[in-house]
Amino acid sequence: MTAATDMTSIPGATPIVRKTPKATFDLVFRNASFGAALLVLVLLAGIMASMVIGGWPAFREFGLGFITSSVWDTQNDQYGAWPAIVGTLSTALIALVIGVPLSLGIAVYLTQLAPGWFKKPVATAVELLAAVPSIIYGMWGLFVFVPLFAAYVQIPLSNIVEGLPIVGTVLYSRSPSGLGIFTAGIILAFMIVPFIASITRDMLEQIPSVLRESAYGIGATTWEVVRHVLVPQAGVSIIGAVMLGLGRALGETMAVTFVVGNANRLSASILDPGSTIASRIANEFNEAMGLQLNSLIALGCILFFVTFVVLVIARLLVARVKRY
Amino acid sequence: MTMTTTPRELPHQPWGRVRQSRRTADRLMKITATGFTFTAIFVLFWILGMLVVKGIGGLSVATFTAVTPGPGTEGGGIANAIVGSFVLTFLGIAIATPIGVLAGTWLAEYGRSSKLANLIRFINDILLSAPSILIGLFVYVILVEPFRGYSGWAGGVALGIIAIPVIVRTTEDMLNLVPGPLREAGAALGAPPSVVITSVTWRAAKAGMVTGILLALARIAGETAPLLFTALNNNFWFSPTLVGGVSNLPVTIYQFASAPYENWQQLAWAGSLIITVSILVLSIVARRIVAGSK
Repeated sequence: MTAATDMTSIPGATPIVRKTPKATFDLVFRNASFGAALLVLVLLAGIMASMVIGGWPAFREFGLGFITSSVWDTQNDQYGAWPAIVGTLSTALIALVIGVPLSLGIAVYLTQLAPGWFKKPVATAVELLAAVPSIIYGMWGLFVFVPLFAAYVQIPLSNIVEGLPIVGTVLYSRSPSGLGIFTAGIILAFMIVPFIASITRDMLEQIPSVLRESAYGIGATTWEVVRHVLVPQAGVSIIGAVMLGLGRALGETMAVTFVVGNANRLSASILDPGSTIASRIANEFNEAMGLQLNSLIALGCILFFVTFVVLVIARLLVARVKRY
Repeated sequence: MTMTTTPRELPHQPWGRVRQSRRTADRLMKITATGFTFTAIFVLFWILGMLVVKGIGGLSVATFTAVTPGPGTEGGGIANAIVGSFVLTFLGIAIATPIGVLAGTWLAEYGRSSKLANLIRFINDILLSAPSILIGLFVYVILVEPFRGYSGWAGGVALGIIAIPVIVRTTEDMLNLVPGPLREAGAALGAPPSVVITSVTWRAAKAGMVTGILLALARIAGETAPLLFTALNNNFWFSPTLVGGVSNLPVTIYQFASAPYENWQQLAWAGSLIITVSILVLSIVARRIVAGSK
């Protein structure tokens, strides 16, 4: 600043008018950005608080029975979350069982097997699977996948397992409509694949290539390099990526609502219709009043805490590996 | 590879003396990984093919000019839903952009690796994957219930909350890519931090930040769950004040897809085609910008 005033003392020169930045703008900018950053914390706290407060009447009315009860009776105002919780967990579990091998296969293909020119288009295609809206997965599931699944999997399978112990219960469908927990799990699997695959791919790419080269140098095959070098190196972060996929699968709403069948009772068979927390909220919320409304928000509260724990673990595992 | 013409004894394949079982395991893994990859790509094209086949028949001038038909009425279009979706999505982005950009800037420029910044970064990552239906419930509790009515504003806020973490994350990542000496050069000219950030750092990271906003746009354009209890949906043109329900494409698709009226189903398919193609184009454009700026 002082240099500028010195220059103005040159005889004959017109004084230079310098725009001096206002200190207030600096302060306002700093505080505004700090406030915006704090808002992220406020949002999460707000979501948590609104779920707990909104769901409180249901928790108070039913106590722990809200979680363990299987009754969902709008006539007598009795609500229990158990079938929805089981539905949520089982669809997410099926999605992981199918989706994780798929994702790992894709990550290995993209990092180790694909020819150079082919990598980018394939990676883009896999990532576009994540861009397809949830409701479109629901449409595809309901109108394309469900009829095929009913005709070629559900009906033949039911005929085979009928009367057998255990599998006759778990895999038998009373109404082979194609809708059900298992179908929802399959659709969810394709929805979580791009997330798990792209994180795993990033992790595999970060592993120093010296490690791979030395393994190949002592005569290892590609499979042995993947199994004994890459997977142990990326291990924890792959689990983190899987947990992230689990978080997605637990809270996915529209696609599941289309194909899960929306049955309120619990069935022993994974091929029968069921419901998840998210699908039940989506289905009933707009017509709900009073205690039913509170019970639905209480369901949301349970979903929030389950996904919160899963996502915290996921982020901690993914972050731990990123450091080196 | 194959040396059939030369009589010299050379190993005919590169495997040499690798044991058969190891070779089989390797080949199996390669086939499985390739197969899985093509399964995923096949599903993407299957979905796109389905949308084109079923949706293209529903596209007509009326689709873009007429309002959504009531139950049992002939014809109709989805003009109000398309415009409503535009309004809600841009409202969401208009809310999320200043907040997301400022928060990302604070993390990259002021907070850096302080404990608070790390906490905010962590919570932001969690919000990034939080179930969108819970955000719908949250906005219902804070904006719909107290004001006794659904509104486009509530819908826009819900979409904004989903977009904020996306923008925070990409803004911070992009600002971190800007080399430190640029900032030092700005500071050496006597510019205070706010001026360095707005006219040096932001300018250097512009392409990446725009990409983040486009990705957020692509993310919220197809969101259905958070609109179910906030913006709702109806078969009319919405009022300019956005009070009352605002018709929008995703919820219209949801309601029309499994309805018993053929024209509703046709419109649902046409709407699905429009929304998916727009989102995929948006995502690809965003990716191109990133590739171009690198």
